[in-house]
Amino acid sequence: MTEDIRNIVKEHGRLSVDVASLTDDADLYAAGLTSHASVNLMLALEAKFDIEFPERMLRRKSFESIAAMKAAISELVPQ
Amino acid sequence: MASTQELSQAQRAYLDELLKHGLLIETGVDGLYGRSGVFEDVVDRFNVLISRYGGGDGAEVMRFPPAISRKHLEESEYLKSFPQLAGTLHSFMGNDADHLALLKAIEEGRDWTLGQKATDAVMTPAACYPIYPTLAKRGPLKPDGAMVDVYSYCFRHEPSVDPARMQLFRMREYVRIGSPQQVMSFREMWLERGQKLMGSLGVPVKIDVANDPFFGRAGRMLAVNQRDQGLKFELLIPITSEEKPTACLSFNYHQDHFGLLWKIATHDAQVAHTACVGFGMERVTLALFKYHGFDVEKWPAAVKKQLWP
Repeated sequence: MTEDIRNIVKEHGRLSVDVASLTDDADLYAAGLTSHASVNLMLALEAKFDIEFPERMLRRKSFESIAAMKAAISELVPQ
Repeated sequence: MASTQELSQAQRAYLDELLKHGLLIETGVDGLYGRSGVFEDVVDRFNVLISRYGGGDGAEVMRFPPAISRKHLEESEYLKSFPQLAGTLHSFMGNDADHLALLKAIEEGRDWTLGQKATDAVMTPAACYPIYPTLAKRGPLKPDGAMVDVYSYCFRHEPSVDPARMQLFRMREYVRIGSPQQVMSFREMWLERGQKLMGSLGVPVKIDVANDPFFGRAGRMLAVNQRDQGLKFELLIPITSEEKPTACLSFNYHQDHFGLLWKIATHDAQVAHTACVGFGMERVTLALFKYHGFDVEKWPAAVKKQLWP
């Protein structure tokens, strides 16, 4: 899952640094993730994992790092 | 809690009074009104009052017509956030046969607009939109950044019986462009000033955190983010409802949104941040008529002294 998330961040995150140089816990907003780009990330993750983030997850914090996204998605994807 | 129906009845009732007193003039379209001389005088005097508070800051005055370049709207990402509010300008670009078809469609009561083509102009969504590409073209900012004073009619497609929600209305703005510190201290200053200014006009005001009406599901996330980060504050005045007061001024921190989009750089090659204070000219005017009555002569002396010193 982490690899898929990283690929989506790379494609939609429009970061100012190379995603490969970031740890899973790195703050993506500090790496240049904008509000609009985080929305694109959210939509791309939903499409990739066939999920719909509930209202409570539609906030900045859910997409602040690769680890945060993984945690959010794990809650929604049947294990 | 007032129902939506009660709210729209109160809005309708205030609109009817404004029309009856001749302050607004009906056009047949909700949210599109003519203004009387008295109404315009209050708008003008309030505009001058704003300058008394902000005019000493050295802002560069720029005035644009109520339309901007379609290309600039496309580049601004406005359509990502507010596709439902944008107004485009279309025109007839056909030949004689197309012209005949158009007239025939009107005569037969059919849709005649299908052949209309988009022009290079679109309606201005907010007074500050034309300034960002203008500043970007000038190159890096000076060390003390930039400040611009804009005033324009703006269009938003949201027909309503609420006289405080017009489709074409005027917005005066001061916009600060510079480092995060420069633009944040500008916004702090205007949060104070805005309350003082409106307080001097004898209307009840309240400041609250707010969000823009972003479209769709993605928009809900943008709205939550905007609130969580305290990017938008509004100065609210109850006009037709105590529970749902009207935003008459807004204080916005755009972070680096416009700086990134338009590639506006500070003097030390950082992405510029921007903030603005916006005044809803009709909304403030409507609040003044609401609290002080429809006869300007009878307004409290202290208020008149502010507006007609």
